[in-house]
Amino acid sequence: MMFDVAVIGAGVVGALTARELTKFNLKVALLEKCNDVAMGTTKANSAIVHAGFDAVPGSLKAKLNVKGTAMMPETCRELHVPFKNIGSLVLAFCEKETETLKELREKGIKNGVPGLEIYDSDKLHSTEPNVSSEAVAALWAPTAGIVCPYELTIAAAENAVKNGAEFFRNFAVSKIDWDGGEFTVSDGRKEIKTKYVVNAAGVYCDEIAALIGDNSLSVISRKGEYMLCDKSMGTLVSHVLFQCPTVMGKGVLVTPTVDGNLILGPSATDIEDKENVATTAEILALVLEKARKSVPSVSTREVITSFAGLRAHLECDDFIIGKSEKNSNFINAAGIESPGLSASPAIAEMIAGLIAEDCGAAANPEFCPVREEPVRFRHMSNEERKALIAKNPAYGRIVCRCETITEGEILDAIHAPAGARDVDGVKRRTRAGMGRCQGGFCGSKVVELLARELGTDLNEITKFGGDSKILYERTK
Amino acid sequence: MLNYDIVIIGGGPAGMAAALRAKECGVDSILILERAETLGGILEQCIHTGFGLQYFGEELSGPEYASRFIDLVNKEKIEYKTDTMALEITQDNKVYAVNKKDGLLEIQAKAIILAMGCRERPRGALNIAGTRASGIMSAGTAQKYVNIDGYMPGKKVVILGSGDIGLIMARRMTLEGAKVECVCELMPYSSGLTRNIVQCLDDFGIPLYLSTTVIDIHGKDRVTGVTIASVDENRRPIPGTERLIECDTLLLSVGLIPENELTRAVGIGLDSVTNGAVVDEYRETDHEGVFACGNVLHVHDLVDFVTLESQTAGEGAAKYVLGKKQKGAQVTTKGTGMVRYIVPQKINLNNEGDVKLYFRVGNTARNATVKVKYGGEEIISRKRPRLAPGEMESVVIKNEMLKSFSDGGVLEITVEV
Repeated sequence: MMFDVAVIGAGVVGALTARELTKFNLKVALLEKCNDVAMGTTKANSAIVHAGFDAVPGSLKAKLNVKGTAMMPETCRELHVPFKNIGSLVLAFCEKETETLKELREKGIKNGVPGLEIYDSDKLHSTEPNVSSEAVAALWAPTAGIVCPYELTIAAAENAVKNGAEFFRNFAVSKIDWDGGEFTVSDGRKEIKTKYVVNAAGVYCDEIAALIGDNSLSVISRKGEYMLCDKSMGTLVSHVLFQCPTVMGKGVLVTPTVDGNLILGPSATDIEDKENVATTAEILALVLEKARKSVPSVSTREVITSFAGLRAHLECDDFIIGKSEKNSNFINAAGIESPGLSASPAIAEMIAGLIAEDCGAAANPEFCPVREEPVRFRHMSNEERKALIAKNPAYGRIVCRCETITEGEILDAIHAPAGARDVDGVKRRTRAGMGRCQGGFCGSKVVELLARELGTDLNEITKFGGDSKILYERTK
Repeated sequence: MLNYDIVIIGGGPAGMAAALRAKECGVDSILILERAETLGGILEQCIHTGFGLQYFGEELSGPEYASRFIDLVNKEKIEYKTDTMALEITQDNKVYAVNKKDGLLEIQAKAIILAMGCRERPRGALNIAGTRASGIMSAGTAQKYVNIDGYMPGKKVVILGSGDIGLIMARRMTLEGAKVECVCELMPYSSGLTRNIVQCLDDFGIPLYLSTTVIDIHGKDRVTGVTIASVDENRRPIPGTERLIECDTLLLSVGLIPENELTRAVGIGLDSVTNGAVVDEYRETDHEGVFACGNVLHVHDLVDFVTLESQTAGEGAAKYVLGKKQKGAQVTTKGTGMVRYIVPQKINLNNEGDVKLYFRVGNTARNATVKVKYGGEEIISRKRPRLAPGEMESVVIKNEMLKSFSDGGVLEITVEV
């Protein structure tokens, strides 16, 4: 198969880049080593759109963060992804940290972040009544917000496929050959040919670059562990609450999610194994302790799940985006750690622009930026529900009780472009299994629906691809 | 809009018993809403025996116990809708529900009986560290896969929590050819019924490790093992006692939580210990005309008790519909010391019969005395050779006693060892 561009990695950067490339007359392949999009760093991070005052002025992180954050509301509107512009507060707990706030504000102004303001204790506590009384001041950033990173990725991939991109799942690139005019990209079983390659492989971007002899990248995997609290805690705070940053990152934050839960985290530990996303009791205890420093009333009783994600950290502490020194048709998008999600629309635009210019691609007149809004039964009025069920009775059957997710929504998730193939894929697209019982009741029904719709046996269905099967052989 | 005298949410043992008793008490207009494809609730997947010893005086399987009630519901021509999910209860006792056939249903009820049952506590609530591999599920989910769908969810199993479903599944998985390595229980005692420990673990040589928990889960795609450790009296893992157990499956049986989402949404007062509604002796909640019974009210160990309690609620709802139940002077019940909770939490003094109080203790005890006090004065004292958190206790308050109480009084149950 012949393509103009192959994007390696279907995280938020890869999916948005693939979508951006379909704005041109380019034949695009999106290659993903897992069974679904958004399975790496994108799946497990803070889900924050940063205002952009942290990064060093002049760095790519600074420029793309501020630009990406400005693009985010429109991108989310087009893709029908919930984005909430709730603003962020960096808390200071002492005089010294108040100085840090001022430095952050100065940096922010240099980076072009609008609306930064330092709140005194009174203003802070009237804005966020549940913040610790120990906090003495805060830096307010009105452009910050929250977005669901995997929803954004799913929507971007769907829209890219709708606009002609081709999605290859379970395609773990292991070999890239260059014959002077085109690449042959292979996973050992299948291969495709392409003129350009975009390396958006997250923590594996160094290994992918090395396949063409580009050994300039060296990724440090930095693990962040999180806790997610029940929706009953979702209104405890109404903005993104940071503490003052350290060398290891932006510290533990407390924030509502777009779905109304409360998220605590992350920790930051550098690790060797790029697959190690196990949580640890010690670190989670630390996360909780730090979160309580900001919001003392956070309770473990309301924790419904915990998870860990990896960030691709580079020594240079900046994104590396652009043509590889080894091959100018190979574009790196490397070191995409925080503020990568915030920057992702700008990164995608930058890479697509670079390629289009290089090959002189014309605009795609057929491109449609809109991904239709998925049916969300739980958000509908009773009148809307009546009309919906009359049209398709599958929306009249509730599969996930905790989140009120219907069979119809699950079928939509499976049959969408680049749709769900496993239980976690259905969960990320619909929220089935994300509620209080965490799939205790609906898990088996989702397995049944997947098997029925994909035409396979129940024991072929996995939790998240690979060897993550849920059932073994039949009973005696 | 549909109109019924009584709408019952949940067609498991609680909902069916309540419906049948309400019918017996003279109410004909009854509708049961059931979210599953059939009536019977969780009993349908409980194919083991042990049900009905108290109520029927014989040992039945779950489906057999359920079918006796399903047959009666059909015989009495009580209406029900299966595959139907109740979405909302309104302040004026309207129920919104949805199914494929009727679409969105709007049902006005005079009385509502909540009988939604309970769900299992998931892994997240325990905060066990480790990977998020496949092969971790609640014991009840595994029970459904094995007994209803006919698939094995694993071959080498560790079970965390010695609740009854965990114990039952230890035996069930063994009978189906899996190797159950052990059952770990955080507490120094099991929360399951003694007969289940004997019949499901001891008879099969499955070890039960008390004061032990799972502290880490291993495996990338599928579980490859868990690390277990002993815990101290504060339930904290003791360093040096960690042990890796290879397995492909971790089943959780770590507690049940009443499913009170609808109850909470309409603003009905809940008991922080039972996680169920606060009710009077007829199981009426603080929302007039709304009753609750079965595991949605408090988690029972035996379905027989669910049946009895639900009959009380069915009778109460019928009396309410027929204008024969009035709220008036009340006393409040209060468990102290070892007594964790009492149901009902309130008793109407105008009640014409005896009232049975159900309660649970928070720890095991031998040769204990259960004492009931009113206004600090001891009015009942009963010897109990053995008390355990896994087994529900009860005590009857005779009507003549009730008549001697006055409005606002407190009835206390305590245990002396």
